[in-house]
Amino acid sequence: MLARRIIPCLDVRDGQVVKGVQFRNHEIIGDIEPLAERYALAGADELVFYDITASSDSRVVDKSWVERIARRIDIPFTVAGGISSIEQARELLAMGADKISVNSPALRDPDLINRLVDEFGQQCIVIGIDSFFDAESGRYLVYQFTGDESKSQRTRYETAEWLQQVIERGAGEIVLNCMNQDGVRQGYDIEQLKAMRAICPVPLIASGGAGNADHFEQVFRQANVDGALAASVFHKNTVVIAELKAQLHAAGIAIRQDQNAPAQVK
Amino acid sequence: MSLVIVDTSCANLSSVKFAFERLGVQPVISADATVIRNAGKVVLPGVGTAKAAMRNLRQLELVDTLSSLEQPVLGICLGMQLLTEWSAEGDVDCLGLIPARTVALESQGRPLPHMGWNTVNEAGHNPLLRGIQAPAYCYFVHSYAVAPDITTIATTDYGQRFASMIRSKNYFGAQFHPERSGAVGAQILKNFMELSDADTRA
Repeated sequence: MLARRIIPCLDVRDGQVVKGVQFRNHEIIGDIEPLAERYALAGADELVFYDITASSDSRVVDKSWVERIARRIDIPFTVAGGISSIEQARELLAMGADKISVNSPALRDPDLINRLVDEFGQQCIVIGIDSFFDAESGRYLVYQFTGDESKSQRTRYETAEWLQQVIERGAGEIVLNCMNQDGVRQGYDIEQLKAMRAICPVPLIASGGAGNADHFEQVFRQANVDGALAASVFHKNTVVIAELKAQLHAAGIAIRQDQNAPAQVK
Repeated sequence: MSLVIVDTSCANLSSVKFAFERLGVQPVISADATVIRNAGKVVLPGVGTAKAAMRNLRQLELVDTLSSLEQPVLGICLGMQLLTEWSAEGDVDCLGLIPARTVALESQGRPLPHMGWNTVNEAGHNPLLRGIQAPAYCYFVHSYAVAPDITTIATTDYGQRFASMIRSKNYFGAQFHPERSGAVGAQILKNFMELSDADTRA
């Protein structure tokens, strides 16, 4: 049975892992490599490295650490942040990233998705969507440049509309970040994720809002997402991955709990 | 024991190379027929489409070389599919080294690509799963698969049952990515490096 994925997200800025509350006031968590290795050993199913400043500063993610991560960890990982060309994607994939995730550059140039899929295949192209629930209009709206509060702005897309467009263009996976929930640890946006799941035939990853282990159980059970992404609860040890996985397993949710010891080097 | 990773002109050879390096093996990445023929073990990786990969192998004039190897060969993901006779992805003839066919995965409404950790169940004699407590979770990313048949040495379920590992003589294939499958994957790569002559004749 395909396991639900637990995905720690490491927001990277200037070579360090940071986390902000509702995308603001970023605090430094620690260095990238030791954190990545710690999560791989702790049972994370996958990692996402997201350079939160890249898109908004018109510069590309600093790539030197990508190869170091690929050398060190033996689980899949995704790199995100300002990837806006075939060449940038090629370099990251060649250094060992399993997938690349594109957000704001795809909104600026939607055809970029088609070009990336044609070149590298659907399996390594993830589209990140930052979605804000506008209470006044009762609509889910797509935002861009969310890495920097001063540049964050809404786009002309409603979330469902953009989701369907990126899938038509060949996206292999969707990470839906529910902005209202991000960093406040009140639980994933079940209603929104349920609605998007219904129109998403590719893997869907929930992002934004995890505050405790029960939130993961809820999002898998109620929104039927393929994976759940979180940052601060893991960085701060509020949720311990092994304990989370034991709880999910006990609740009857398919989860990877590895009983096999690491291979010994001869 | 020397290991050559065939440079199929696809991206993402690095993660396969790094996985072997973590085991203390120093692989050579090459598209040179002589280097490949002289290797102790050969890995055929692959991402992208079967059609593009077969075109690359023909352009590199590696089809005959890959077809006449006697040492253990491991095809990974698309590399495994290339070892079969034919792929529905682009309706393309493959290397035909393992008598099986690659078809579109029928996931019965589940999301595609089949992406993530799924259980690998041993089927028959499988020297690559030695020391592994099966069913064991491995990391998959694919939309095409090989239907179970006589060449199957492990199966996985996702809407349908498919062959997650196949084998014919010295040619082995894994649909998942052992280089990204944690401790289980590392053990599989280690087992591959330790295959004996008896294993490849069995």
